[in-house]
Amino acid sequence: MLKEYRSITNIAGPLLVVEGVENVKYEELVEIRLGDSDLRNGRVLEVEGDKALVQVFEGTRGIDTEKTTVRFLGRGIHMYLSQDILGKVFTGLGKPRTSSDEILPEKSLDINGAPINPFSRDYPDEFIQTGISAIDGLNTLVRGQKLPVFTGAGLPHNKIAAQIARQSAVLGKKEEFAVVFVAIGITFEESEYFINDFRQTGALERAVLILNLADDPAIERIATPRVGLTCAEYLAFEKDMHVLVILTDMTNYCEALKEISAARKEVPGRRGYPGYMYTDLATIYERAGRIKGKKGSITQIPILTMPEDDKTHPIPDLTGYITEGQIILSRSLHKKKISPPIDVLPSLSRLKDKGIGKDKTREDHADLFNQLYAAYARGKEVQELAVILGEAALTDIDKLYYKFAEKFEMHYVSQGDYENRSIDFTLDLGWKLLSVFPREELKRIRDSFLDKYLPKFVNKEELQDAG
Amino acid sequence: MGDLGRIVKVAGPLVIAENMTGAKMYDVVYVSEIRLMGEIIEISGDMASIQVYEETGGIGVGEPVFLTNEPLTVELGPGLIQSIYDGIQRPLNLIYEKAGDFITRGIQVPALPRDKKWKFIPLTAAGDTVDSGDCLGYVDETTLVKHYILVPEGISGEIISIQDGEFTIEETVAKIKTASGVTDISMLQKWPVRKQRPYCQKVNPEIPLFTGQRVIDMFFPIAKGGTACVPGPFGSGKTVIQHQLAKWIDANVIVYIGCGERGNEMTDVLLEFPELKDPKSGEPLMKRTVLIANTSNMPVAAREASVYTGITIAEYFRDMGYSVALMADSTSRWAEAMREISGRLEEMPGDEGYPAYLGARLASFYERAGIVKCLSRKQDITGALTVIGAVSPPGGDLSDPVVQATLRVVKVFWSLEANLAYSRHFPAISWLNSYSLYNDNIKEYVENNVHEDFFTLQAEAMSLLEKESELEEIVRLVGIDSLSGEDRVVLMVAKMIREDFLHQNAFHDVDTYTSIEKQYIMIKTILYFYRQANDFLNSGVDIKRIERMKIREMIARMKYIEDSDIGKISSITHDIDSELGLLKKEDEAENQGI
Ligand SMILES: Nc1ncnc2c1ncn2[C@@H]1O[C@H](COP(=O)(O)OP(=O)(O)OP(=O)(O)O)[C@@H](O)[C@H]1O
Ligand SMILES: Nc1ncnc2c1ncn2[C@@H]1O[C@H](COP(=O)(O)OP(=O)(O)O)[C@@H](O)[C@H]1O
Ligand SMILES: [Mg+2]
Ligand SMILES: [Mg+2]
Repeated sequence: MLKEYRSITNIAGPLLVVEGVENVKYEELVEIRLGDSDLRNGRVLEVEGDKALVQVFEGTRGIDTEKTTVRFLGRGIHMYLSQDILGKVFTGLGKPRTSSDEILPEKSLDINGAPINPFSRDYPDEFIQTGISAIDGLNTLVRGQKLPVFTGAGLPHNKIAAQIARQSAVLGKKEEFAVVFVAIGITFEESEYFINDFRQTGALERAVLILNLADDPAIERIATPRVGLTCAEYLAFEKDMHVLVILTDMTNYCEALKEISAARKEVPGRRGYPGYMYTDLATIYERAGRIKGKKGSITQIPILTMPEDDKTHPIPDLTGYITEGQIILSRSLHKKKISPPIDVLPSLSRLKDKGIGKDKTREDHADLFNQLYAAYARGKEVQELAVILGEAALTDIDKLYYKFAEKFEMHYVSQGDYENRSIDFTLDLGWKLLSVFPREELKRIRDSFLDKYLPKFVNKEELQDAG
Repeated sequence: MGDLGRIVKVAGPLVIAENMTGAKMYDVVYVSEIRLMGEIIEISGDMASIQVYEETGGIGVGEPVFLTNEPLTVELGPGLIQSIYDGIQRPLNLIYEKAGDFITRGIQVPALPRDKKWKFIPLTAAGDTVDSGDCLGYVDETTLVKHYILVPEGISGEIISIQDGEFTIEETVAKIKTASGVTDISMLQKWPVRKQRPYCQKVNPEIPLFTGQRVIDMFFPIAKGGTACVPGPFGSGKTVIQHQLAKWIDANVIVYIGCGERGNEMTDVLLEFPELKDPKSGEPLMKRTVLIANTSNMPVAAREASVYTGITIAEYFRDMGYSVALMADSTSRWAEAMREISGRLEEMPGDEGYPAYLGARLASFYERAGIVKCLSRKQDITGALTVIGAVSPPGGDLSDPVVQATLRVVKVFWSLEANLAYSRHFPAISWLNSYSLYNDNIKEYVENNVHEDFFTLQAEAMSLLEKESELEEIVRLVGIDSLSGEDRVVLMVAKMIREDFLHQNAFHDVDTYTSIEKQYIMIKTILYFYRQANDFLNSGVDIKRIERMKIREMIARMKYIEDSDIGKISSITHDIDSELGLLKKEDEAENQGI
């Protein structure tokens, strides 16, 4: 029988101190029963002598030092699992959301997981076609990658994530897939948007939904992504599925982390966020990838809102240092009605290099995207120049770049929410746009590809509206 | 062993125990019955603070702490090369064999294989007298590394016997009669990681260490035994540069430390290095490489240890007379680990919460680099240890305390710029902000061994780039038409230097590595073009004609010409002459026509 303590001595923010405890372990799961028999969950943050510092997931409102009792459960937080989690909905702590979401578990796993041994990893290099040119052509996603979307309030990140979930396919393969959708502090409407989209495409039966919505307990968000990733690891590495995990919004996760750190009066790192936030985020983001000898994989698309659209804010900054690239959305493109408003230049996929090329996408892909990047970067510079000096002051070649940047945004970046472009279409579109330049401007493309591809597109410069 | 402490506090990676009388600073201890490895980092009375190298979840007050009375050490001997270790030198392949795909806790595995037999070939004989650091013999560890077995520190005397044959690392290969009796020498040595390995004397770095990366070798070179840092925001190319150096740098042994970075990046090295060939020997690069992988999701305290583990292994090979290069990606994660532990110890924080001793720790780490006369007094052996650290400042802001503390000690600064990375100009090393303080040291060697006008070309190219940035200011204000013909040639040539020389694609088969000879010819060709173009301009040829010259395309393709075809680059100068000659005729014809 587990001992019950009625010795809370201190309550502050989401934390409480229990004294006179015995045998309490760091990170242990805690049950807190309030006088009105409301049951809450917590986790041990620190043990010292006979004192335990406990973080309460559902908040400390209503907890008192007299009637509230505390039990230490002797283990960490577990998620109960079986293949039947597909199609079910769980709370941010991994409990069934309604009685119809209960399952007969086959096993349970600690939600903290364990680090994948780098020696066991298999390098992700399988191209995923998302049907979105700005991703497939320039920031290619591969199976097992963690590629976040950096967004701002009011930008259409949900549309993009849903479109990726809807259209993602590995060329020439039909395999078992699953979606783990993890809502971290987002609104009911946002969450419904995804769920409806999954329902319409039939993906809902293949989806596990972990929901902590805006009105759910904030501190619970510490556990929420871990619950989702525990499901993902189970499906990928024990059930051989290709799992796509959408985590939205990681900014809310970081706010919860900050709240706890502040309550502990820790010395803050940059802008009040705890100094260990990098390490903490890494224990989430690194739970993606492929493992040698296993069929399944985990691909992660975390979404996070950049406070004040600032990419150097600690949340996007530390995320970018961990993830394998980032897709950045731009408010100015959104205003120009470019949709999806993907800011191509600062976006990056670090794993593209081994996921593209001959036998994967097409031989000319790498040279082509290098050239598109260089040309677009130059085009943007020229546009800035033109603002100061007027278009007339540009050299002839600069005028070409000016035009190119415009067309590139209009035709290549911009496409319909339901438009699913093949990789060949995307690559050809790139050639078409580049064909306006004299050949010697295309330095990043090797001769043999210029010989082979360029003639097909010169003088057919007239661009049909894509799609 | 056997002394028992008792845990009184657990807070993340920090555990405090009582009843620790007799424990010494930086001694290794094992925490709890599941024996998590840790290191003592503070002592107060009979209490000791321990940083634990594994996750501490499930550990509680009252559990035991086992003392070892030994500091954190690494094992040194045959078997190091081609290994992949975690931060405390546990081979990740053995952890995998024991625990499977995920790293679990309390696993103990030997750092070096105990049962493998190595063929030991003596270079000394019974009757010889030897001192610390003298070479006893060697093992051909891989086709690229002869592993010399040296007399351990503190031992000297007469060799009584020495064996030729197959031995495991624990078996005795020689017996030495010392002042205090006969000592058995095996091929296995241990060394505390936080202690520098001894050498006879440091000397000044004077030989360049070529990397095959054009912007580095030509503009901001590093010297053998030197130090360099690569700061930059995320995605700017720190890791790719470190990987490129690990692949192509002209060193005998590479120690690559992945410190708190991505798991897949280590996997990349593990899968790629056995396939890549050393440009000199044609052997797989893995055969000169030791990997240390403490990825971001692995325990934070072991991240702190990993840089010391790595540098001690590097020093060990340096002592054999090798040129060793160590890359640490990223030193910021190491600094953050220090910060986290310091925070838990409730030490007084300095800048951005980093401990006050941050600068001192970084300095003493980089100070372990250098060219040294090795310990052996008999043999005149020189070893080099070159250290290159990546730094990941928040938001790419160079005022970050880790960047600033690093810049105070290192001699080469490769500054990565986000804007260059955005336009996919890689390596995104800023040619205006970076510097190398080794140019003077290596001058003599380079002039004698590469070419005597190397530094003249370097200076000329650099001044064109500086001029370009001034001219760009003007263009931004008043437009290109206001520039003189000479200025427009400067802009044109500076663009060539940037795009056709500095830009180097790490993922292109040929472009990934450029020999120093080829680099020299490339820059020489571009500058030749500059001079000729200027001459023709002065003799009246229209700038617009020069700007449209065909030869530009050939110059742009120089980088893709294989080293074996280097002659094709040299012949470009003739093509420059003949095209300019043609232009001049055309120009004259036209002028006469008017
Ligand atoms: N997601 C789930 N799906 C199906 N069954 C679940 C799920 N979560 C919990 N259960 C079942 O409910 C039981 C109680 O779970 P719950 O999480 O409420 O208790 P607990 O706090 O984990 O621990 P315990 O009851 O062992 O002290 C579990 O033994 C399990 O069989
Ligand atoms: N020399 C290079 N050639 C080609 N691409 C490069 C080069 N350097 C960097 N890159 C590109 O930039 C991306 C980010 O580089 P990386 O070294 O991982 O950045 P960091 O370590 O600074 O975050 C790489 O995935 C690669 O696509
Ligand atoms: Mg229960
Ligand atoms: Mg990196």
